[in-house]
Amino acid sequence: MTRTTNPLPDAPPGHDCSTCPSFSHLERLGIRLDAWDRLVALAGNPNTGKSSVFNALTGLKQHVGNWPGKTVSRAEGGFRFNGTRYKIVDLPGTYSLLSASEDEEISRNFILFGKPDCIVVVADATALERNLNLALQVMEITDRIVICVNLLDEARRKGIEVDLRSLSRDLGVPCVGTVARTGEGLPNLMRAVSEVIDGTAITKPVRTHVPAEVETALAELVPMIEEVAPGLPNARWVAFRLLDGDLRIREALLNGDLSHLAEDQHKPANPAAPSLVSIHGSQ
Amino acid sequence: MQTAHHPVTPEEVLARADALRRTFRTSFRDQVVEGIYSQAQTLADRSVSRDHGKKWDLDQRIDRIVTSPWWGLPIMMALLTGVLWVTIVGANFFSDLLFSALFKVEDWGVSAFNALSAPWWLTGFVWHGVYRGLAWVVSVMLPPMAIFFPIFTILEDLGYLPRIAFNLDWMFRKVGAHGKQSLTMAMGFGCNAAGVVATRIIDSPRERLIAILTNNFVPCNGRWPTLIMLATIFVAAQFPPMVASLAAAGTLLGVVLIGILFTFITSAVLTRTLLKGAASAFSLELPPYRRPSILRTLYTSLIDRTLFVLMRAMATAAPAGAVIWLLANVKLGGQSLAAWGVEGLNPFGHALGLDGAVLLAYIVAIPANEIVVPTLMMIYAKTGMMMDENGYEAIRHLLVDQNGWTLLTAVSLMLFSLLHNPCGTTILTIWKETKSMRWTLLGTFIPLGIAFAVCFAVANIARLFGAAG
Repeated sequence: MTRTTNPLPDAPPGHDCSTCPSFSHLERLGIRLDAWDRLVALAGNPNTGKSSVFNALTGLKQHVGNWPGKTVSRAEGGFRFNGTRYKIVDLPGTYSLLSASEDEEISRNFILFGKPDCIVVVADATALERNLNLALQVMEITDRIVICVNLLDEARRKGIEVDLRSLSRDLGVPCVGTVARTGEGLPNLMRAVSEVIDGTAITKPVRTHVPAEVETALAELVPMIEEVAPGLPNARWVAFRLLDGDLRIREALLNGDLSHLAEDQHKPANPAAPSLVSIHGSQ
Repeated sequence: MQTAHHPVTPEEVLARADALRRTFRTSFRDQVVEGIYSQAQTLADRSVSRDHGKKWDLDQRIDRIVTSPWWGLPIMMALLTGVLWVTIVGANFFSDLLFSALFKVEDWGVSAFNALSAPWWLTGFVWHGVYRGLAWVVSVMLPPMAIFFPIFTILEDLGYLPRIAFNLDWMFRKVGAHGKQSLTMAMGFGCNAAGVVATRIIDSPRERLIAILTNNFVPCNGRWPTLIMLATIFVAAQFPPMVASLAAAGTLLGVVLIGILFTFITSAVLTRTLLKGAASAFSLELPPYRRPSILRTLYTSLIDRTLFVLMRAMATAAPAGAVIWLLANVKLGGQSLAAWGVEGLNPFGHALGLDGAVLLAYIVAIPANEIVVPTLMMIYAKTGMMMDENGYEAIRHLLVDQNGWTLLTAVSLMLFSLLHNPCGTTILTIWKETKSMRWTLLGTFIPLGIAFAVCFAVANIARLFGAAG
């Protein structure tokens, strides 16, 4: 359930902001989402603070509960960062994209069919290994991804240190450390997101190792899938899912959802551009 | 790759994928999952360093106590009783304040209307109908909610809820239900419709249905005020003032436990009849305890939850107040429609330990449970009745002295309130979540049937032992 509050004109002055000029460019838009330029999705394991990140960015008060599974449907909000309007979608927590329950299904379908410009995988710094399982799966689907290593404060308390530089290098995608509850690191997160979207940051997501026989099967299936749905950015992942017998993906292939997805990829990722221009024009 | 002379069709892709899958020596999923896991482990090992010298984790020490086989359940019960006790004591105080303030406004409004010589039916409809309905809802519902919700949210923010699921898991397993059902039940304390939506966290469709069909046995915020009021008026009044509120809290705890008992019974019966199957295994993280941010908790629980629920209650109470006023004032054959309804339902109500007015109130209040008590008050009070006393004392006077309620009536109403069919919103939510008329009907009529059966049995047994009512 989402409800608005008065959007803050500017971020409150906090410890992180003084050293970081661009945070003053964050304007929380709450749910005033008549137009937006970029779509960002928040994915991650349950209870890693996705909703806290969402609230910190949008100024909304999405209910945050300390138990896995609190968010069962997606919440949407908006903010403006450095002049670009972002719509952000808070997805239910999920451990994997091999979906079993309905909340996981919601997340997976959005990552796959929601056409986000960037996916932020929120990871728990105190349990990075488990959280990377999901990140690796999302990286199979898209290379427009930023890892948000959240709960750094809890990690510090437990004496856990995460080397974000080495992690970024190993994963081939930007990894940003945050404490969403206090706002620490959020400007960096947003900068990374905007850089991934506009292409200033080139991502090269690491691919999961698969046995030889699977690699052979993928090599055969991927061209077939690309022929059925030309331009699909993640044919390899679709092939993975088909080899696993994923019913939802089978269905998507048969009813043409995948092809539509592919077609839409060719359009400029700016669905609301005209109205935005007119809004700016009137100001 | 095959040389395709014609364009490849989706069907061919699927067929090929299936054929390839059959050639794998081991399960495809196992291979892939193993690959991902080992890679994640390598990556994490390379970038995470741990300071092993840090002190032994406090979380684990607390968990050893609150999830221990011996202390887990007693601590849970003690916490719940404590929360209920604080709610009752606080609600008592604030309800009285609100009652007197809001009914003063009614007096002023009536005087103002009379001064302007408004027609009697307009004054009655606006002030004794619509306004009184709203005033009852606000003064009966707002205080307990404004106290219960924040406390509950703080427990939630702390990370206590998953521990409850952990403690109760073995019980749910026994009746063939899912351990996460206790989380959906915890949501049900707030709102059953929310509880039904929360069942999405349960993977197995069978266990999810069980959780949906039984969520109603957790009293939602719409029913808490009814239960709190009855416990205060009828149970606490039997005890010396020192322990009265504690007795009321104990009664509420009993009501919750009865609800849980019926959840288990119904789950067990469903597992053996309509929804055969074994409980599936699951893993649930015990999140670290986090310091709740008190201000945000107050904000979300007061503004988001309490006001939201209150608005909904008022939105339904206003038309219900109007309906009741009309029922009480439209005469047919020398008797009001309400009187006809009460008279017709009386024998049936009596068999359940209740009376016709209660049943009529429940029929009017199908859209929202919140307004049962206010509706009932309005049926009893009729129009133009002045109330001299404030708060619970006024209700007690009305119920006991004027309408012959006994302890049996109160107990029966508590049981009926706990067990009867879900409110309109929840029924709609069940339909949305299951997309099945069958499960929606079962979700409605299983509880209603149980409520009838239990109340009938209790009333008859109690009368056999000489209880009045």
